[in-house]
Amino acid sequence: MRGTLSDRMGAALLMAPLLLFLVLAYAWPFLGVVKWSFTLPTPGLGQYGALATDALVQSVFIRTLRIALIVTVVSVAAAYAITVVWVRGTPTQRIVAEFCILVPFWISVLTRAFGWVALLSNRGLINSWLQSIGFISEPLTLVRNELGVIIGMTHFLIPFAVFPLASAMRSLDERVLLAARGLGSSRMRTFWTVFVPMTRSGIIGAAMIVFVFSLGFFVTPAILGGGRSVMIAELIYLRIFQSPDWGLGAAISVVLVLFVGALMALLFRYVKPKQLV
Amino acid sequence: MPTYRPGPVSLILAVLVALFLLLPLLAVIPVSLTPSRMLAMPTGELSLRHYRSLIEDPRWLDAILLSVRIGIVSSIISTVLALCFSLGVWMFQPRFTGALVGFVLLPMVVPPVVSAITLYFLLTSISGMSSFFGYDTWLGVAMAHSVMTVPFATVLILVSLSQLDRRIDLAARGLGASVWERATRIIMPNIKFGIVTAALLSFVLSWEEIGVTLFITSVNAITLPRLMWMGLRDNIDPAIAALSVILIIITVLVLAVRTVVTRQRAGH
Repeated sequence: MRGTLSDRMGAALLMAPLLLFLVLAYAWPFLGVVKWSFTLPTPGLGQYGALATDALVQSVFIRTLRIALIVTVVSVAAAYAITVVWVRGTPTQRIVAEFCILVPFWISVLTRAFGWVALLSNRGLINSWLQSIGFISEPLTLVRNELGVIIGMTHFLIPFAVFPLASAMRSLDERVLLAARGLGSSRMRTFWTVFVPMTRSGIIGAAMIVFVFSLGFFVTPAILGGGRSVMIAELIYLRIFQSPDWGLGAAISVVLVLFVGALMALLFRYVKPKQLV
Repeated sequence: MPTYRPGPVSLILAVLVALFLLLPLLAVIPVSLTPSRMLAMPTGELSLRHYRSLIEDPRWLDAILLSVRIGIVSSIISTVLALCFSLGVWMFQPRFTGALVGFVLLPMVVPPVVSAITLYFLLTSISGMSSFFGYDTWLGVAMAHSVMTVPFATVLILVSLSQLDRRIDLAARGLGASVWERATRIIMPNIKFGIVTAALLSFVLSWEEIGVTLFITSVNAITLPRLMWMGLRDNIDPAIAALSVILIIITVLVLAVRTVVTRQRAGH
């Protein structure tokens, strides 16, 4: 059935426009960025050498990895807690949980970051309230530092961690859990020794997605970090627009893509793409 | 038959997470009602002045109209391209399908900031050739948004095609239907829902897009998220709170309608 000349023509005609569009508007300019990293300001490997030695760049890399790790652990744990109820709860509990997951998911990253500013800033909800009950006299510094960035990113990424976890929990055979309970295992023990190990692929998938996403995060750290807790993506932005050093910005981008690509390759060795949705 | 339900500890933890998820969305409501010019909690009287400024200040209205225009154009581009591509994949199952689909999904998995610098390179290169299509133009933004949304549209259309029964297409083919007839009269009517969803999702993603937009606009093509960003970074404008409240209400309404509709469908 397949492989006749007209079939190949048809497939080519239908698939070509999108492929052509992405080659011209994405692949080609990406090669241009790679070229920048080798040619600006002077041809050679100078920018990559600078990456290896520049103290600022390295401290930003390390901060990015640290924040991404913390955010991954916290988001996956929090997502796990709410996913259990979304998948295994009573019908009413399920609807409420779904609502709490999907409403933030669909609201833009800017609105969500702004919500945290409104809550955490010096004259925000939490500080005003703590001051009005006399618990503190000076406002606590909750944003424009790393804490604010971690809170905002965790909030953004929890819904993304929910989907692979839910997929793993749905495919789990309920009878195994009932058997464990029936044989006298406590709720806690059933959860930790049966339920959690059986959702391992979901946990790995969720952790990988959150970690990869948080490496390239830009908007939330820029707003909640207030320029003090710069992450790698914001550093690229600053190198392109503020201290025009396109070569270095491009070199950081190339390294970031390679790093994320390696992580994705690792992910797909353990988890099939279908288990992630 | 008994079922395995979450216990009290699970429920308490889930409630805490739910509160964490909803808290920042609720926090913008009091801020939006403050009479003050700056970000602050209302200390007595409430005011709707920030909602009024959304209508009266032309900057907000211009940004909303621009975002709608860019959203519609980029959604049409990405839905049409994704539909043709997916039809080609489904009808002809060419060799290297996996690699080609993987290539199309790249803008979705590459870190957004890298896509942003890539599209910045593209549009600044085009700027030299044409003044209305390059950096800081609405057409340039629409094209960049199409690049970013087309993977999502493709995934949605491919998923709805994968649920389609191949035999109806084989029957049409056996009865002598041309490729065009099979695509437009047999396949597309059956994946209508997927196509519409792809177009809507592309629009929403473009409407919210900020990471790439920030790199490719400066003073002319100010989309709504770009204007919010400017207001958030410099001197926090409570009009953003009013706008956020409106956007949150729309989201909640749409999700509520969707829940009701899917429950009714499941009921029948």
